[in-house]
Amino acid sequence: MTPRCEWHTDDAGSGRLMLSGNWTIAQTLPDVIAALPAALPASIPLDCNALEHWDSTLASQVLRLHQHCSAAGSSLQLNDAPEGLQRLLALATAVKAQTTLNEGVMSFGDTLRSLIKKPGDRCREFLQFFGDTLFALWQWVRGRSVIRDGDIAFWFEQAGVRAIPIVTLVSLLVGLILAFLGAVQLRQFGAQVYVANLVSIGMAREMGALMIAIIMSGRTGAAYAAQLGAMQANDEIDSLRTMGISPMELLVLPRMLAALMALPLLTIYADVVGMIGGSLIAITMDISPLQYLHQTRISIGMSAILIGLGKSVVFAFLIALAGCRYGLNAGRSSTAVGQATTEAVVSALVSVIVADSIINILLDRLGIGV
Amino acid sequence: MSTPPIRIEQLTMAYGDRVIQRDINVDINQGDIFIIMGGSGCGKSTLLKHLIGLNTPAKGRILYDGEDYFSASEERKQITRKRWGILFQSGGLFSAMTLAENIALPLSQYTDLSASAIADLVHYKLSLVGLGGFEEYYPAEISGGMQKRAGLARAMALDPDILFFDEPSAGLDPISARRLDELILELRDTLGCTVVIVTHELASIFAIGNNSVFLDAETRTMIAQGNPRELRDHSPNDTVRLFLHRGEDTTPTGEIA
Repeated sequence: MTPRCEWHTDDAGSGRLMLSGNWTIAQTLPDVIAALPAALPASIPLDCNALEHWDSTLASQVLRLHQHCSAAGSSLQLNDAPEGLQRLLALATAVKAQTTLNEGVMSFGDTLRSLIKKPGDRCREFLQFFGDTLFALWQWVRGRSVIRDGDIAFWFEQAGVRAIPIVTLVSLLVGLILAFLGAVQLRQFGAQVYVANLVSIGMAREMGALMIAIIMSGRTGAAYAAQLGAMQANDEIDSLRTMGISPMELLVLPRMLAALMALPLLTIYADVVGMIGGSLIAITMDISPLQYLHQTRISIGMSAILIGLGKSVVFAFLIALAGCRYGLNAGRSSTAVGQATTEAVVSALVSVIVADSIINILLDRLGIGV
Repeated sequence: MSTPPIRIEQLTMAYGDRVIQRDINVDINQGDIFIIMGGSGCGKSTLLKHLIGLNTPAKGRILYDGEDYFSASEERKQITRKRWGILFQSGGLFSAMTLAENIALPLSQYTDLSASAIADLVHYKLSLVGLGGFEEYYPAEISGGMQKRAGLARAMALDPDILFFDEPSAGLDPISARRLDELILELRDTLGCTVVIVTHELASIFAIGNNSVFLDAETRTMIAQGNPRELRDHSPNDTVRLFLHRGEDTTPTGEIA
């Protein structure tokens, strides 16, 4: 039977709320509040004699009635209700519902304050982390820090050796693309052979380091943030701190050093692979491999390679910094870990590109490597 | 005799070649508060994972209302699963959702209730566990004990026939633990559900358990079953008696004090 909720007034003028039918999760429920009379009497008896099956849906509606009635200053009488329902309601009302809302609407002033304060806080927190990292590196250089044996090697393998397949593929293709781009333009005035210059200088000075940095932001930066974030959620960071071991030394330093070693090496590798990729295109344009090699040798100078390597060291530092910083400052839930990873990758990519532009502008102004 | 809601037949549990427990035979009856107990590492939680279908038995069967769960079709499994409510050790709440959204998830998945009816039910379930008014909080914003109670509210969302608890009172203060025990008893009495609890909290075991199985880590099988209070006083097995007396030697003398 469909659930019904009606208000009955008997001859003596006293009313009662009558519930009938099946009050179960499969039914469409009537509005219990609407059934009440406009002027609530002091006591409202609940008549459940015609009630058939019921489950939590009934209990939830009775709780709603109860709260509505007590807010209006009258009381719901449950003496005739099934015993189970009475007990469930007693249980549900045993602890008074908390009324203060969570994170209520912020006033205009508060919003403004948090807008100004948040970037300020973040900036200070970033500078602190930056300083801590530099200090930890300095301590390591002076041989005063404890890094577990094999940690650096482990992270170097993770960040460096295991990245080789993807680095090979990407740099080969980047070399190809550079060569294609140049070939179309240079062919117009018969200077195809300069494709070798374009590819070698392009890879060594710019694209090698940049492509590796982009790969590493996604691969290593994200991994660092996710690992450290999960460790934070798992109380592992707290237990390290209470043991008096600095997470900076045990967790950040090996990852940072591994990245600082892996990135330059991968960059050199990427340069070579990129030039091979370029040569594949050159061969299709009737430039012999020997010619290409010779042209590469005379075009590329030590300065281009060193600039590329220098950039890769800076990028490595930025990527590891972003990954570790967002990981260590992550919240303590699975959502927070995801958020930390996203922020780490985004901030690593942005900082790499910004740093690259700044370095290029500086090199140009100072006239280095032109 | 009617078929028990849960029957475990000749169950052997193993991770690969490592056998955790073998030859478990237990009937869990309607309305039981059934305790799975045993020392650390004996396979209590593993047994629970088998019961809720997360692990597959190496041998043997688990019957729900006489039907083998693991050989049933996916649709039948789904129907059986909808009758369960499970409270995981740390609550298992989805951290990206508010408490209200957590509890509303099974309701909106499996019923055709209107949004307002769901909101009423959510408020009621939270009130049952003493968390009325915390609807808009995220799990990370409340304490561990509150998370556990919110997990219970979610486990009860669909009025389950069988409630599973993994270490419900671990990490709770004695008063909260006791309140939770009372809540479990009250729910059993009012909703008529069957409750399966993994715990080694002796106070809880004696306060609410009326049936149990004792898993032994050494012999890798069950060595006792029945009402835990009776096992404490009359079990012929020393391991079981020692466990239920917190390690104090209490050889039954047969004398009446």
